[in-house]
Amino acid sequence: MTRNKTILYALILAFTFVCPFVFPNFGTQLATLWLMIIVALTWDMTGGQMGYNSLGNIFFYGTGMYVAALISIGMVYDVGDYTNAAGGGIYAFTDAQYFGGLFLGIIGAGIFCSVVAVVIGYLTFGLRGPYFAIGTLGVAIAAGELVSNWDWVGGGQGIALPVYPGDLDTGKIFFYFLFAAVGVSVFVFVKWLYGTRFGAAINAIRDDEEKSDAMGIHTLRYKLYTWAMAAFFVGMAGGISAFQLIHFEPLESAYQTINLGIFMVVCVLLGGKGTLWGPVVGAVLFHLFKEVTWNYLLGWQWVALGALIVVTVVYFQDGVMGWLMHKRPEWFGIRIEEKIAEETE
Amino acid sequence: MDQILGNIGLLLEFPVVNLKIVLDGIMVGALFALAAYGLALVWGVMNVKNLAQGDFVISGGYVSWWLVQHGFPALLGVPIAFVVMWGIGWVVYKLVISRVIERDLFTSLLATFGLAIMMAQILNLLFGSDTQSVDLDYDVLYFFDGFIDVPIAKLIGVLMATALAAGVIIFMKSSRMGQAIRATAQDARAARVMGIDTEKVYAFTFSLNSAICGAAGAIIVMVWVIQPFYGISYSIRAFVIVTAAGLGNLPGVIAAGLGIGALEQYGAHIFGIGYQQAIAVMLLLLVLLVRLIQQRRNRQVLK
Amino acid sequence: MTAIINVRRVSKSFGGVVANQDVSLKVNSGTITGLIGPNGSGKTTLFNSIVGYHPIDEGSIQFEGEEISKLPVQQIARRGLLRTFQQTRIYGAMNGVENMLISLPHRKMKIWDALKTFTKEDYERADHLLEFVGLYEKRLLKSGDLSFGQQKLLEFAMALMNEPTCLLLDEPTAGINPTLINGLIDRLKRANSEFGITLFVIEHNMRVIMNMAETIYCLAHGELLAQGTPDEIQNDQRVIDAYLGAH
Repeated sequence: MTRNKTILYALILAFTFVCPFVFPNFGTQLATLWLMIIVALTWDMTGGQMGYNSLGNIFFYGTGMYVAALISIGMVYDVGDYTNAAGGGIYAFTDAQYFGGLFLGIIGAGIFCSVVAVVIGYLTFGLRGPYFAIGTLGVAIAAGELVSNWDWVGGGQGIALPVYPGDLDTGKIFFYFLFAAVGVSVFVFVKWLYGTRFGAAINAIRDDEEKSDAMGIHTLRYKLYTWAMAAFFVGMAGGISAFQLIHFEPLESAYQTINLGIFMVVCVLLGGKGTLWGPVVGAVLFHLFKEVTWNYLLGWQWVALGALIVVTVVYFQDGVMGWLMHKRPEWFGIRIEEKIAEETE
Repeated sequence: MDQILGNIGLLLEFPVVNLKIVLDGIMVGALFALAAYGLALVWGVMNVKNLAQGDFVISGGYVSWWLVQHGFPALLGVPIAFVVMWGIGWVVYKLVISRVIERDLFTSLLATFGLAIMMAQILNLLFGSDTQSVDLDYDVLYFFDGFIDVPIAKLIGVLMATALAAGVIIFMKSSRMGQAIRATAQDARAARVMGIDTEKVYAFTFSLNSAICGAAGAIIVMVWVIQPFYGISYSIRAFVIVTAAGLGNLPGVIAAGLGIGALEQYGAHIFGIGYQQAIAVMLLLLVLLVRLIQQRRNRQVLK
Repeated sequence: MTAIINVRRVSKSFGGVVANQDVSLKVNSGTITGLIGPNGSGKTTLFNSIVGYHPIDEGSIQFEGEEISKLPVQQIARRGLLRTFQQTRIYGAMNGVENMLISLPHRKMKIWDALKTFTKEDYERADHLLEFVGLYEKRLLKSGDLSFGQQKLLEFAMALMNEPTCLLLDEPTAGINPTLINGLIDRLKRANSEFGITLFVIEHNMRVIMNMAETIYCLAHGELLAQGTPDEIQNDQRVIDAYLGAH
């Protein structure tokens, strides 16, 4: 790493730390921004780096929420009774129970989701291109519908979790730093991963899977591991969200296929698919756009978002990083030789 | 669990209930098949996977509903929705679809997903999120001591769907444009070389698809209810049907449409109405899985 | 001499079209074997059957004495039986060196090896093989921008990088500038003699295949027409007839 880069990273890290204190009124929005960065970076692992465009990564987010909630509740009370009471009974949590459940729940959510990813991946990775996208979308929608019919976990009403024991502002900062910690870990993790032989192998799958097969690469194995890693982080993010939101229900907040489920894809496209910084840049831009439209467009914000998706996909698919790469290839160490045409064999 | 067993028991005890479910399923399935046929058409001709398919259906339904609110006869809603949605389809084609045709498959999928969100939200802003329907004052026919009720409105709906399908088939078989569409579907480049204006064919095909969906929606609003956000489930069903039947296989699409309609009704009867959406999606996963296993046996993948 | 590939009575048809009918042949370990035949005689189909692109209808295919006709493509590739494509396939978005690095043999790799970065030896080997096929100067260019012939050479280098025991080459000289063909023949021979890779080559260019191969099989209409040394094949009336269309 060059010196400039080191300074840049240090600055960003410092900014991450001071952000919630400098902008105390935007604590929740900043936490959500980190959530977007996490889901965008993990979506890009399969979508951008491996060429498998999933529309169903939100499945891991929703599942992570439920797993975290069930673990933290189940450690103290009977889950069926708890959801049955729907806030009616008195179910208190001590601080130790709260934080114990929170951390075990979040870790458990990540582990559970990566195991599920391997199982689902085994069934769906034979699907290519649009079939994979639709199949994974189907998994997410089906999960939402099934969970909303499952009374033991609260059915369509969802689950209410205990509130953060402490004052509200500390809680906001606490969740901000949880998301930020996972977000930074994801970034560091993928930055390292893309530089290894593993990264090269999933790039090869993206560029030509049939060729990769013919060269003896364990394509299925790489696909499963990659998806499991992505699912691990998304599941953890879902777990954190569950505690941050306090109350969530299956269709609107957990398995929110048309909200976060599609936003993560748009973030990546906006920033630049298959690049390290693209998902981060895209998530920041998208989040800004979303917050602005939400505040000023009164009802039409959803139409504006749909339009943003269409415009990004149709006109600006290479994203910010792709555009930069085209304009300034030397920044990325790409060599373009003039007059390739006049080459003889 | 007991309830599920009870529901199954009911089916065995009163075989005539089966008849009713199958009948209902066929009526629903006929409309699914229309939307699926449109999807197969667009998919086959221009390789665009339209996730906004269901939203075209719902839009057509709202066109018809709006007309009825303004004093038009309900049956007129179907042809008018056909025409209006033709126009909307053309505009959508020019603005969005024409720019994703040559791109990779995920692009069209995502662009139409964005389109679906936009259309649903616009409908929501224009007409509100309540469910709407158009009431036709026709009788209900009863068979088997009242066990089976067939509203004449539904019967008319199915007949119109059949007439529309027949019209489209004849058009595709015999007209000049129909031939051009089929030629483009087989090999767009060859068609271009032979002097077919493929751009025109694409625009026509997409408009036709939109119009078919619109008419289907106008029929749906007469026999069931519509709501701005119901689109996605029609899109999913269309995908189930096309995936199961394959492209360019019209009898297959119709058979799959009817079959899926019936299966969904059975599922709703056995598991309860709350699972209807889930069943539609599970059918999709099931169909994908079956096709996958078939392909794996041939050392191939589904792409 | 032992047979590394042993194809016994293989038949394969697509719908009603018979592509291979009762084909039996052997590729001996350490040799260069040729496969010739007019267009549409089923050469590429046979290659595809051997490396597992589609199931065969009848017969058996053995590699190093083990049945492989039921295995999927990657497993066959991981046993060291590799093929190149008639319509060259490389990773077009990557440059030459990246193409080479990703072709390092995965069969010798444990999963945790995947989490290591490429070593200096890997880079040296990649450079060395690129040099071997004459692409060293172009190694940092996006390989999708290379000419067809250069891509073909790159694909060959990638195959060598994978350290196969046996390599199936589908028309290695098609699309290559005639002035470079002699050099390519030389490299193929060296790959065989220096790296010890058994080669099984489909080739249309008779001069090339007669120069290289020790044994040649000739297919026509999906059936094995003749086999023998280059001299025998050249003087076989049936082969001449098949090529002149007087069949």
